[in-house]
Amino acid sequence: MVNRQEKVLSGCAISGILNRKGKKFSGREIIDSIALMHDRSNGMGGGFAAYGIYPERKDEYAIHLFYDDLEAKNKVEKFLNCHFDISVGEVVPTREISSIEDSPLIWRYFSKPEEQKLSASGLEEDEYVAQCVMNINSDYQGAFVVSSGKNMGVFKGVGYPEEIGEFYKLEEYEAYLWTAHGRFPTNTPGWWGGAHPFTLLDWSIVHNGEISSYGANKRYLEMFGYKCSMMTDTEAITYLFDLMLRKHDLPLEVAVKAVAAPLWSEIERMEVEEQQLVKSIRQVYSSALLNGPFSIILGHQNGFIALNDRIKLRPLVVAEDEERIYVASEESAIREICADPDKVWSPRGGEAVIGLLEGRSEIE
Amino acid sequence: MSLNYRCPEFLVERVESNCIECQACERQCANEVHFYDQDFEKMRAKDENCVNCHRCVVICPTNAIGIRKHPSEYKENHNWTAGMINNIQKQAESGGVLLSGMGNPTKKKIYWDHLLLNASQVTNPSIDPLREPMELKTFLGRKPSKLEFDEEEQIKDLPPQLELSAPIMFGAMSFGSISINACKSLARAASEVGIIYNTGEGGLHEDLRQYGENTMVQVASGRFGVNQDYLEAGAGIEIKIGQGAKPGIGGHLPGEKVGPEVSKTRMIPEGTDALSPAPHHDIYSIEDLRQLIYALKEATDYQKPVSVKISAVHNSAAIASGIATAGADIITIDGYRGGTGAAPTMIRDNVGIPIELALAAVDDRLREEGLRNQVSLVVSGSVRNSADVVKAIALGADAVYIASAALISLGCHMCQSCYTGKCNWGIATQEPELVKRLNPEVGFERAKNLIEGWAHEIKEMLGGMGINALESLRGNRLMLRGIDLTDRELEILGVKLAGE
Repeated sequence: MVNRQEKVLSGCAISGILNRKGKKFSGREIIDSIALMHDRSNGMGGGFAAYGIYPERKDEYAIHLFYDDLEAKNKVEKFLNCHFDISVGEVVPTREISSIEDSPLIWRYFSKPEEQKLSASGLEEDEYVAQCVMNINSDYQGAFVVSSGKNMGVFKGVGYPEEIGEFYKLEEYEAYLWTAHGRFPTNTPGWWGGAHPFTLLDWSIVHNGEISSYGANKRYLEMFGYKCSMMTDTEAITYLFDLMLRKHDLPLEVAVKAVAAPLWSEIERMEVEEQQLVKSIRQVYSSALLNGPFSIILGHQNGFIALNDRIKLRPLVVAEDEERIYVASEESAIREICADPDKVWSPRGGEAVIGLLEGRSEIE
Repeated sequence: MSLNYRCPEFLVERVESNCIECQACERQCANEVHFYDQDFEKMRAKDENCVNCHRCVVICPTNAIGIRKHPSEYKENHNWTAGMINNIQKQAESGGVLLSGMGNPTKKKIYWDHLLLNASQVTNPSIDPLREPMELKTFLGRKPSKLEFDEEEQIKDLPPQLELSAPIMFGAMSFGSISINACKSLARAASEVGIIYNTGEGGLHEDLRQYGENTMVQVASGRFGVNQDYLEAGAGIEIKIGQGAKPGIGGHLPGEKVGPEVSKTRMIPEGTDALSPAPHHDIYSIEDLRQLIYALKEATDYQKPVSVKISAVHNSAAIASGIATAGADIITIDGYRGGTGAAPTMIRDNVGIPIELALAAVDDRLREEGLRNQVSLVVSGSVRNSADVVKAIALGADAVYIASAALISLGCHMCQSCYTGKCNWGIATQEPELVKRLNPEVGFERAKNLIEGWAHEIKEMLGGMGINALESLRGNRLMLRGIDLTDRELEILGVKLAGE
C-alpha cells in the first residue's frame, strides 16, 4: 500500500451512538451526524464502525480486507485459507459515488481459526487471530485488514465521511452501536487504510488528535509483540487497550487511568487506597500514558468508552436520552439526530464516559 | 634539581594600575603562584605553578588579575601537539603514570550536540508550563510487566522505588575525593529538591545521615565504610563495577587525604592509602554479581532498590541485559566523558565509549529482550545542561546523574587538577584551610538552584513538544532528529536525520 505514514498528523470529527437496550438502527443517523461536521474534515478520509451487523454469523470473525490488486488478494487468501476455515468470502457491496475514486478491492471473510493450526500455536483464539491480522498488515504488500471482530465491521475510505457512508450503503446495515470519523490530515492523503476507525479484534477506535507520546507508546507496545512499525498513532491506542484489557486482564477503570492518568497533584489528594492504586498504575504503565491532544471513542461489542486527554485539548460532548447515549466532537452533531436529549454534558479531561449495553458490567 | 623542561601552561596577567598589593591572591592560592616581591615592591607570579582555577581572578577586589593560555607555542604540528610533548616531559621527570582530573577533555564528537529536539506547531498545541501542569516525577526501581491484584482484588505492592521530583541525581563522589562541605552541600540540596545524591565509595559521614532518604549508598570494590547501618541508611544501594573516566581500573585515594574524618568514615587507618581494586574480588562473573545483589537485598530486607553501575564499554548492551536478569533494579551507565577526582590520563582519554551510543544500544537491547520495564536506566558521563537531560530521556533513560555540573555549581572552574588535593574552591581537597572556603549554607543553595533551573527548562522543552509528563518522552526517539551524523550513527541512535 502506498503512503503508509508512521504518524499521521490530523485534525478530525468523531461521533458515536449506542442504543443501550441493544436495539438496532440503520446507518442513516450516524451519517447525518458526522455529515453535519463536514468542515472538520477535508475529504481525505472517513469511516464507520458498526456493531451487531452480522447476527447470522455472529460467532465467526468477520475479516474485512483492502487489496491494492489481485496479486495481493491471491497471496492473502492463501494465507487465510491456511490459517482459517472460511465459510463465506465475498465482495463488500458498494455503490458508485462520483467523488470516490481509486477504491481498493474490498472483501470480507467470515471465518474461524483453522483448528489444527490454532491448537499447534498454543494460543488463545483471539490472540491467534490478532497475530494473523498483524502478520498480514506488516508482511503482505498491498493488503490491509480493515477489521477483524465478530458481528462487527469497519467501512472506511478516502472521501468525506458522508460520501463513504453512501459508498458502502450503510443505510442498509443495522447496528446497536455506530461510531464515525471524518479526517483532516495535514500530510500526504490518499491511503484507504489510513482512514479511521482502526481496529483489532472487537476493538475499534476513532480518534481526533495527535499523540505526542506515540514514540514512547509504540516502543512499549513492541515489547509485548505488537507490530506498530507501519501503523499510526491511532492504532497504537487500540493496541494499548488490547494489551491492558485483554492480555493483562485489567479492569476498565484501571486502563483508563493509565492512558489518561490523573495528575500527581490530584493523586496526592486521594484517599490512601485509591492513591496507592493510581500511583501503582502510573508507575507500571507509565509508557501507556497518552500525551497530546486527543478525543477518542473506543468501540467494543459491549459498548464504548469516550475519552479526552487529561487536560482536554480536543472537544468531546456527550448526550443521553431514554435509550441512547451519544458522543461527538460538537454538540450540534448530536442535536442533528436527537434534537432534545435528556442530558448534555462536556466530560472533563481524562474523565472516561463509558456507555454499556444493559446487563453488561464490563467492556471486556 | 635539573631544569624543568616544561613551559608554563598559563600566563598570569596583572593590571599593575589596578593592583593594590592587598595580597589576597597570595593567601588564596594553594599552588603558591602569587607572591609579594619585596625588592620591586609589587605582586608577582610564578606562572609555572598556575592551574587556571580562577580563584585569584574571582577573589581580587580590584579585578586586576587575568589568566590566559601561555603565549609561547611549540612549532605547529598536528601530530605532536603541545599536550603530547608536555606529557612526555612530565613522565621523563617522574617516571610515573600521567594523572588527570575531571572528564575526558579531548576533541571527539559529542553526540548530544548532534541531536535536535522537536516542537509542536498547529496540529498539536504546545503546552505552557506556567499555565498547565507539567510533570517530571520519576520513579526508579523494578516494575512488574503488569499490574497484579491479590485474591481480595487489592493491588499487590510494587518493589521498592526511588521517587525523584526531577530526573536528575547527583553522581557518585566520595567523601575523600571531595570535601565534607561539598558533600553536605549536595546532600542537603538533594533533600530540599527531592532528588538523590550518591555517596560514592567513601562511606557515609555522621553529618550526612540526616539526608538518608535522599541518599544512594555505594558499595564498590574497596567496600569502604560498608556495614549494616550504612546499607540501611540510604534510600537505595549502588554496586559500582566501573566508572566512565576509568573503565577497568580501580581507585586510589592517597594516604595524605585520609585524615581522621575520612579514616573514620571509610573504616580504614589514618594516613593509609585507600585502594579500590580494579574488579570486585568476589565478582568474577555475572552469577557472582547476582549473589552480591541478593546479599545486599537480603541484608536490607528487600526494602531498597539495588543499582549496578558500569562504565560504557563496547559490549555494554549485553552486559546490561545480564545485569537486569541478575536482579538489579536500576542499571547505571557512565560514559567515557564522565568525571573523576583522579584517573590515569591514558585511560581517561582512550577507554570506553560515548554515553549517547551506549544508552541507545542498551535501551534497544533491554526492549528486544522484554526487560526494559523491569529495570530503570540511569546514565551519566557528561550531562552538561538540561537539553542533554531531555535528549538522554528521549533516547531511553529514566534519569541522569550529574557530577561535574554539580561541582561547577559549587564553584569548580574545571581546572582539572583535583588529584593535587589543592583545590582552591574547597571542593576536591581535605586541607581544612581550603575546605572551609566552601560554605555548605551557600553551596546547597547553588546546587539546588541548578536543579530547579534545569527542571524549569525541561518543562519548557516538554511543553513545546506537546508533552506534559516526562514518561511520555522516555524512549520517544521520534522527538529527536540528528544532524551531521552518518547513516550508521543514526541507526545505532535509532534517530532520523533532520528533514526526515
